[in-house]
Amino acid sequence: METIAAIQEEIVEEFDMFENWVEKYEYIIELGKTLPMIDEKYKIDENLIKGCQSRVWLHTQHNNGIITYTADSDAIITKGIVAILIRVLSNQKAGEIAIANLAFIDEIGLKEQLSQTRANGLVSMIKEMKLYALGYQKQIK
Amino acid sequence: MIDVGKIRAQFPVLHQKVNGKDLVYFDNGASTQKPQVVIDALSYYYSNDNANIHRGVHYLSQLATDKFEATRGAVQAFINAKNSCEIIFTKGTTDSINLVANGYRSMLNKGDEVIISEMEHHSNIVPWQMCCKVSGATLKVIPILDNGDLDMEAFKNLLSEKTKLVAITHISNALGTINPVKELIALTHKVGAKILIDGAQATPHTEVDVQELNVDFYCFSAHKMYGPTGVGILYGKKALLNELPPYQGGGEMIKEVSFEKTTYADLPQKFEAGTPNIAGVIAFKAALDFITNLGIDNIAKHEDALVQYATKQLSTISGMQFIGEARKRAALVSFNIAGLHPYDIGILLDKMGVAIRTGHHCAQPIMERYNVPGTVRMSFGVYNKKEEIDICITAIKKAQTMLA
Repeated sequence: METIAAIQEEIVEEFDMFENWVEKYEYIIELGKTLPMIDEKYKIDENLIKGCQSRVWLHTQHNNGIITYTADSDAIITKGIVAILIRVLSNQKAGEIAIANLAFIDEIGLKEQLSQTRANGLVSMIKEMKLYALGYQKQIK
Repeated sequence: MIDVGKIRAQFPVLHQKVNGKDLVYFDNGASTQKPQVVIDALSYYYSNDNANIHRGVHYLSQLATDKFEATRGAVQAFINAKNSCEIIFTKGTTDSINLVANGYRSMLNKGDEVIISEMEHHSNIVPWQMCCKVSGATLKVIPILDNGDLDMEAFKNLLSEKTKLVAITHISNALGTINPVKELIALTHKVGAKILIDGAQATPHTEVDVQELNVDFYCFSAHKMYGPTGVGILYGKKALLNELPPYQGGGEMIKEVSFEKTTYADLPQKFEAGTPNIAGVIAFKAALDFITNLGIDNIAKHEDALVQYATKQLSTISGMQFIGEARKRAALVSFNIAGLHPYDIGILLDKMGVAIRTGHHCAQPIMERYNVPGTVRMSFGVYNKKEEIDICITAIKKAQTMLA
């Protein structure tokens, strides 16, 4: 299993190759379009993270201390960023997720996507992902 | 005639690059930029005149008070109110509506009805829901037609002797619909009810004469009129404001205070508890002068031409779906592009230096009415020009290609 830090490094390297914002966003859009990320049956209100503008659904499962996330969004760019977050945090140990430092977001120039005014549900999504991991940890203790 | 070049020169904020591109600012419906005269007035006040108003006997306090009251006079003239005491300074339109809705909590009873419309901003929905919850009154909603016009027949049917208050927007922030306020007011008065008009989107674009309209309450914000943020106006007929209980208690709004009994100040101070946004109010006069000097009719004509041009250019984009095509529209165009989420469009336009608004525009019921998660909204100000629309259209087409 690759560590969260190693995956982040990989992503930063990938993003370094983009010459400009157009390439970067084309890549994110591509991710958003190609990844089928959540089973339709999980696109329910309980899994909905309400952002002001775009909606995000997050479904969580755990198996032997490993947490798996699947998610979706009605906006493509949001979905693309969600895909990146899942690549970093999904299939990792709960303890690792709970303490993960997601500095890569800043490094790949997507911090703007997480500002309060964007209100795209991503900030809440990260919070939910970490909270779930924390909650799981407490439960097994 | 509007000389856009000359006007633009007065707005420092417009002359900057965003993400490496010349800024195109099409979010005027949310807040307009400020001309140098307004910025200077704010700075001048803090540099030369700063003191609390209506209290001190000293020179600066008198000076600040005079200037503060001069704005009240300017607002009175701007909307042609009969008395200057009918102009109440608030924090903004939202605050103005809350002031009235809060007062009506104790003036309404079970069985009374308040009517709003389906196209209201949350600011003209939630205060009335709160008012009805406390007073036991019932909230009724006028539906809109598919084109974004108010369903006048439905409104007439909703009106009855039970109706105590009607609260409707003058111009819809989400659709641009200009409502027939004069007719709405006359119909409301026929059943003996009072009417509040949310004029936040109207005062920057249309002449408003409160006496001619015979409106009971009219609310608007300075920051959508090239003025400072944190300054709003509540106009109310004197007799109605006298009836309305005070909103907030505190300094300035009292005549005499003892622990047994407090008597309230006369209008307008009765509704102006606490130290107001003195600098903002004073600078608002510069914004009103700015509008008056240009002429509101000239501004309207200029913006109408922009709306028409934008509509025409947007029509060339495949999958274009205009949201709201009311017969009379003002200063904004709201739309979606088939298959695209407004949020995605907004993000990519921002990357190209174009500031537009996406989302539900704080009017979720109307979005639900059209069954859309939100819209893309271009809203214009007096400093916008056709060339900027061209830039925006090119940017939209590029975003469309990227997202396709």
